[in-house]
Amino acid sequence: MTTLLNVKDLRAYYGQVQALHGLSFSLNEGSLTTLLGANGAGKTTTLRAICNMVRSTGGIEFDGKPLNNRSTESIVRFGIAHVPQGRGTFTTMTVEENLQLGAITRKDSAGIVSDIERMYAHFPVLKQRHTQQAGTLSGGEQQMLAVARALMLRPRLMLLDEPSFGLAPLVVRDLFGILGKINREDKVSILVVEQNAQLALELADQAYVIETGRIVMSGNAKDIANNEEIRKSYLGY
Amino acid sequence: MELFTNQVLAGIATGAIYACMALAVVMIYQAIDHLNFAQGEMAMFSTFISWQLMQWGLSYWAAFIITLAFSFVAGIAIERILFKPLAKAPVLTNVAGFIALFAIINSSAGLIWDFTIKQYPTPFGSSPFLGSQLISTHQAGMIGVTVLLLLGLYFFFQYTRIGLAMRAAASVPESARLVGINTSWMIALGWGMATAIGSIAGMLIAPVVFLEPNMMGGVLIYGFAAAVLGGLSSPFGAVVGGFLVGIFENLAGTYIPGVGNELKLPIALALIISVLVVKPAGLFGRHIVKRV
Repeated sequence: MTTLLNVKDLRAYYGQVQALHGLSFSLNEGSLTTLLGANGAGKTTTLRAICNMVRSTGGIEFDGKPLNNRSTESIVRFGIAHVPQGRGTFTTMTVEENLQLGAITRKDSAGIVSDIERMYAHFPVLKQRHTQQAGTLSGGEQQMLAVARALMLRPRLMLLDEPSFGLAPLVVRDLFGILGKINREDKVSILVVEQNAQLALELADQAYVIETGRIVMSGNAKDIANNEEIRKSYLGY
Repeated sequence: MELFTNQVLAGIATGAIYACMALAVVMIYQAIDHLNFAQGEMAMFSTFISWQLMQWGLSYWAAFIITLAFSFVAGIAIERILFKPLAKAPVLTNVAGFIALFAIINSSAGLIWDFTIKQYPTPFGSSPFLGSQLISTHQAGMIGVTVLLLLGLYFFFQYTRIGLAMRAAASVPESARLVGINTSWMIALGWGMATAIGSIAGMLIAPVVFLEPNMMGGVLIYGFAAAVLGGLSSPFGAVVGGFLVGIFENLAGTYIPGVGNELKLPIALALIISVLVVKPAGLFGRHIVKRV
């Protein structure tokens, strides 16, 4: 199995405050990896550092190519789609415009048209609402839209920041089912940050646990889920 | 009644110019959250460029097109050189930048072309439009050019990918970067377009107010009034505001005793203040529908 994303000794800073203290992990091509940890552990910062949205040092390699010092918008062109915390919806634009924006770096207009139809097949609710302002969608619908927008890039790697946040449990189940399907069928590697550890471990194959800016645990998701000690001390369930 | 119709039509004609200026102001405001005080001077300078080109023997429309291109590039250059470095600076620093830009452009124009008032040609002529005494062909031309411009802009922002990217960059910059939009260049592009729109306003109003370095002072204040009236966050509002201010200005000058030509400008300022007090977001200010 080839390594798609390799992060080495990553340190990130917000002004003078250091948020990540030499964090290292890797993600295999085709895998669904989850980063777990409590509030403020540095999960979001890790994703933001990968896309150069926060000042950081250390090595970040994607498919063997270094991502450091590249602008956020140019990192997208490597095929990395980031669904940020809060979903990043273009609320004043229509659902369809949001999908088109996801593919704004692509040149193949026929492919974009057919991909929009494909997204409507994945997420029928988006088709019903395609002319509606995205800000009028419910939280769950907006999360579907955010995932669909990210997929419009035809990404090789999708970064998801707390997709379950603020969603009803049933909606979360639905969403995670779709993520698993995308990972298997569309061969999109996924790195998902979650507070809902139980659900994330059911879905993922690899898992890392972060605490105060460091990786404290890593391994097969099933093993971590089955290890009561880890669950109790780090994951709180 | 003929006087009334006449004043309304004349108001729509000057309102078209205010609409262009307001639109230019709003486009830059949307991109960088600051009011461009130098918008009028930039338009004035562009108008001088077109005048100079015509002095050198170019036809009106050739000068018009070259001036548009010049203004577009100049707007981008101003953003890159002056305002990009100020992007994270405090508001007052930016205000100082705009005032500096205002003074530099105004003085440069005076230095190059001096402060004497110059005639500026109109390609439309100034005979009565279609034989009607209500409106001149130049006024009709002002309205016509503006309407074409507005339709073109609407098409650009609604139906082109670059227009979509510009809207995205202005509304949620962080998400725009995450889908791969170079938001910094979108801002520069906005400056270029706003400057070109302003130059159209300058070239259309110059036959009416005559060409000189201070020609756009009053026009820009009306443009600000229009932008505030329509709502600084709404390009559509800015355009509607421009036409309303134009009509209002003319009617007030005609029908309110004592206003006349001299007090028209204070009326625009009074309008700005009233709108800010009564409806700070303007008529079409941000009304984002959000599910609670």
